Amino acid sequence: MAANGASLRSLLGTGRAGPLWELFFRFGPPRWSNYIRSHWAGQRLVISVPYLWLLLFFLAPFLIVLKISFAEFAPLGRPPFESILRWSEEGALQIKLLFTSYSYLLHEPLYVSAWLYSLKVAAVSTVLCLIVAYPMAYAIARASPASRYVLLMLIILPFWTSFLLRVYAWIGLLKTDGVINNVLMGLGIIDAPLAMMNTSFAVYVGIVYSYLPFMILPLYANLEKHDLTLLEAAQDLGSGPVRSFFSITLPLSLPGIVAGSLLVFIPAVGEYVIPTLLGSTDQLMIATLLSDEFFRNRDWPRASAVAIAMLLLLVVPIMIFQHFQNRELKGNKR
Amino acid sequence: MKIRRFLTFPNVALALGLAFLYAPIIVMIVYSFNNSRLVTVWDAANSPTLRWYVALFQDRPVLQAAWLSIRVAAMSATGAVILGTLAGLVLARFGPFRGRALLRGLATAPLVMPEVITGLSMLLLFVSLEQLLRVLLGWQFDRGMLTIMLAHITFTMAYVTVVVQSRLASFDDSLEEAALDLGARPARVFFQITLPLIMPAIMSGWLLAFTLSWDDVVVSQFVAGPGANTLPMLIYSKVRLGVNPSVNALATLMVLIVATGVIVAAVMMKRAERRREREMRMADAGG
Amino acid sequence: MVERRYDKNKFEPWRDPAAKPYVSIDRVTKKFGDFVAVNNVSLKIYQGEIFCLLGGSGCGKSTLLRMLAGFEAPSGGSICLDGQDLADTPPYERPINMMFQSYALFPHMSVEKNIAFGLKQEKLPRGEIASRVEEILGIVRLTEFARRMPHQLSGGQRQRVALARALVKRPKLLLLDEPLGALDRKLREHTQFELINIQEQLGVTFIVVTHDQEEAMTLASRIGVMNRGEIVQIGTPTEIYEFPTSKFVADFIGSVNMFEGRLVEDLPDRVRIQSDELGGVIHVDHGISAAPGAVVWAAIRPEKIDIRRTPPGSMAENCVRGVVKEIAYMGDMSVYLVKIDSGKTVRVTLPNIERLSDDERIVWDETVYLTWHPGSPVVVTQ
Repeated sequence: MAANGASLRSLLGTGRAGPLWELFFRFGPPRWSNYIRSHWAGQRLVISVPYLWLLLFFLAPFLIVLKISFAEFAPLGRPPFESILRWSEEGALQIKLLFTSYSYLLHEPLYVSAWLYSLKVAAVSTVLCLIVAYPMAYAIARASPASRYVLLMLIILPFWTSFLLRVYAWIGLLKTDGVINNVLMGLGIIDAPLAMMNTSFAVYVGIVYSYLPFMILPLYANLEKHDLTLLEAAQDLGSGPVRSFFSITLPLSLPGIVAGSLLVFIPAVGEYVIPTLLGSTDQLMIATLLSDEFFRNRDWPRASAVAIAMLLLLVVPIMIFQHFQNRELKGNKR
Repeated sequence: MKIRRFLTFPNVALALGLAFLYAPIIVMIVYSFNNSRLVTVWDAANSPTLRWYVALFQDRPVLQAAWLSIRVAAMSATGAVILGTLAGLVLARFGPFRGRALLRGLATAPLVMPEVITGLSMLLLFVSLEQLLRVLLGWQFDRGMLTIMLAHITFTMAYVTVVVQSRLASFDDSLEEAALDLGARPARVFFQITLPLIMPAIMSGWLLAFTLSWDDVVVSQFVAGPGANTLPMLIYSKVRLGVNPSVNALATLMVLIVATGVIVAAVMMKRAERRREREMRMADAGG
Repeated sequence: MVERRYDKNKFEPWRDPAAKPYVSIDRVTKKFGDFVAVNNVSLKIYQGEIFCLLGGSGCGKSTLLRMLAGFEAPSGGSICLDGQDLADTPPYERPINMMFQSYALFPHMSVEKNIAFGLKQEKLPRGEIASRVEEILGIVRLTEFARRMPHQLSGGQRQRVALARALVKRPKLLLLDEPLGALDRKLREHTQFELINIQEQLGVTFIVVTHDQEEAMTLASRIGVMNRGEIVQIGTPTEIYEFPTSKFVADFIGSVNMFEGRLVEDLPDRVRIQSDELGGVIHVDHGISAAPGAVVWAAIRPEKIDIRRTPPGSMAENCVRGVVKEIAYMGDMSVYLVKIDSGKTVRVTLPNIERLSDDERIVWDETVYLTWHPGSPVVVTQ
């Protein structure tokens, strides 16, 4: 037992986590987790199962993508690229890294404009989403507890139904002979149908519609925690409701705004289904290009380079998101 | 006066927002009973009709795809729940260990990973594995249901991990210590104490994983072989060709099933919670 | 009240050099990285005792308790229970049970199942489990609540379930982590006595961790005061209160007036301390172990000081003049804060034995004289 414990400890070590570990335990006695850590031999097995899975099916694929992004495109090959590793005639291992796919991304105007367009769509949709979601979240957070529950259910319910079908439903509404145009013309508001399908507008609507719950929920979670006496205090000190909102509620809800915005922005940059179904064919988003490059042109190296570039672009927002996520989890624990 | 107090800006925005969320679904449901083949023209003479529903149940590819999707979703959700629970447990309870930060990153990154990237990377992995297995073992395997499931498990387990981890973080680990103290070995502590306590989280994680798998089109499209066609893939190919009344009927059915399930579950949970609160109040009053 | 119990029965095994300690903690140290949570602690606890570990938060008392339970392994030293070294025994095999501060009742099991949980782990026959659960439910007076779930119980009932769950295993040693911390004041007092009764009835040795001195005073046969990972004093409640051996203990237990001074006369049966803080001489009628001229502190409890309007016969010793700055009427007693001539504020408490009329009462800004008996001060050197 003692030998086992010692070998376990040396295996796990304190390593870089050491200082953090100590810091953590200054604030209270360590707990069950500590017992598990130092005594239970089965823990390695439990850790390794999800770990190995994620390494094989999540991390390894990215390394393969990275590898292929440097490979040479071979249109007739199966698979359609040449390996970056090759045995030369003298028997030495050669590594050939090509940056053509990446330089293509930077120089081809189609790609540059797709990048900018993706960012623009994601940014505009995030802002629109925030504008729509904030008052909704606010109203729910200030509703009576009983109706709050029902309202939240109403917000979450669409999320459980098919995303694809909900996007599809908008085609019927936005089409030139769709419901909206029919209604507007029937009421005599417009004479000719509005061209809404296959425009950026349709993409915005689709994204805002699909991602609205992801914006509302973090905002609600934040707004619900606010201490209402703060607003009363502000009013007592002579601040009007509008001013109290901008000087108190809005700054306090910043964490919710950041979390919600990232939850919308990050997937929106890489959105594929919505622009394909609702957007125009002249202005492509980056995910569509990736899929075209892959399925239509069979250019795997270039598709991989697009994926890597996309990841690099999203790394910063993803890390901010994870930071907030962890803080939230710690916050729950008090 | 009362109405005016209710008509604040946030409440009006909330009402409009809910209308925005539900209008497309309601329109879709209404038009699924429309007799006209031209989806947007209301054929007042012959509607409502169930002809599209009848057609749907005679459409073999749709039924096959639905059956495949159900199996894939159920199995993926089960796999995701097992792996995600372990990952959540490790992250919430095993304290610091070497590589914890990497595991945390790997376990939550799929939450925000664009689907095209997940799909592409998974496909390239499967292609490499195919090559590897052929060269090493002479074993030929085809992409299909299995690869879809593996991919779905991987991206849905992140959701289970987060749900389980936050549930574990919300209850005190002195419960597990108490069990240990009373003579239960660690594995037994897990099955008798930890597991029952996180069961609600595991169940909602399963439902979440099921829904995400059932709904996924992008990742499936990448990793599915030529033979496997899930329901969302089928719908997607139909929808790309334009609005289709039988898709309306299918959507209506799916929305109704899900809505009924969610509402029933919500009402039951609410009831249980109310009863619990009442009992707690009584216990405290009783001294 | 507890004092009476131990005096009467002369249950004082720690005074008997032949008595064998039941729990012996020998030079135990626990480090978390560079942080020393428990530093070289040695303790001997005897069978049938209620031993209280008393200290502020972060003093290491909980870590010591967790090492006894087996959740932490000591970095050094050894722990023996009934002659057996516990180092290699995991918590689930130790004959020690713990009552957690949060009670840690399993929320998904009824009261009955919670209590039976530990017995089931021992794989006892079903009939025996049932009878033992029933017996302990009777002892903690919860028989009619057996089928309730933990959330259907009040705080006091939950506390008793936690106690029953730990006791039903018939442990050699019961550890209680802040056993009364979550109860309200009235319930606490009642529960304290109940705990003592159950302990006497079952004869189990208790080790109690608490930060609440009142709880420690009423429950304990002996108290170990901890500070910064070390035991600073061990003694009966009376010893700890009346004869603290350090400034820390004197200050931590109850409230005290501390006067720094120099030892000017050092005889075996009396000492005199010249204190500038007091502005006078303190006469103590017992000897202490310190060299003449050493800096010492005289600690005087507020209730041991008398307050009067007229100067006593001699102002030379154990007497000081001051002005009343604050009076707090607490019902059973009154607290006076008196600013003495040296500028220091002295705390004095007097029981309100009689109902006084307004002109008899001492009032704000009145000049008063404080006196005390030479037996009252305690002199500490550290």
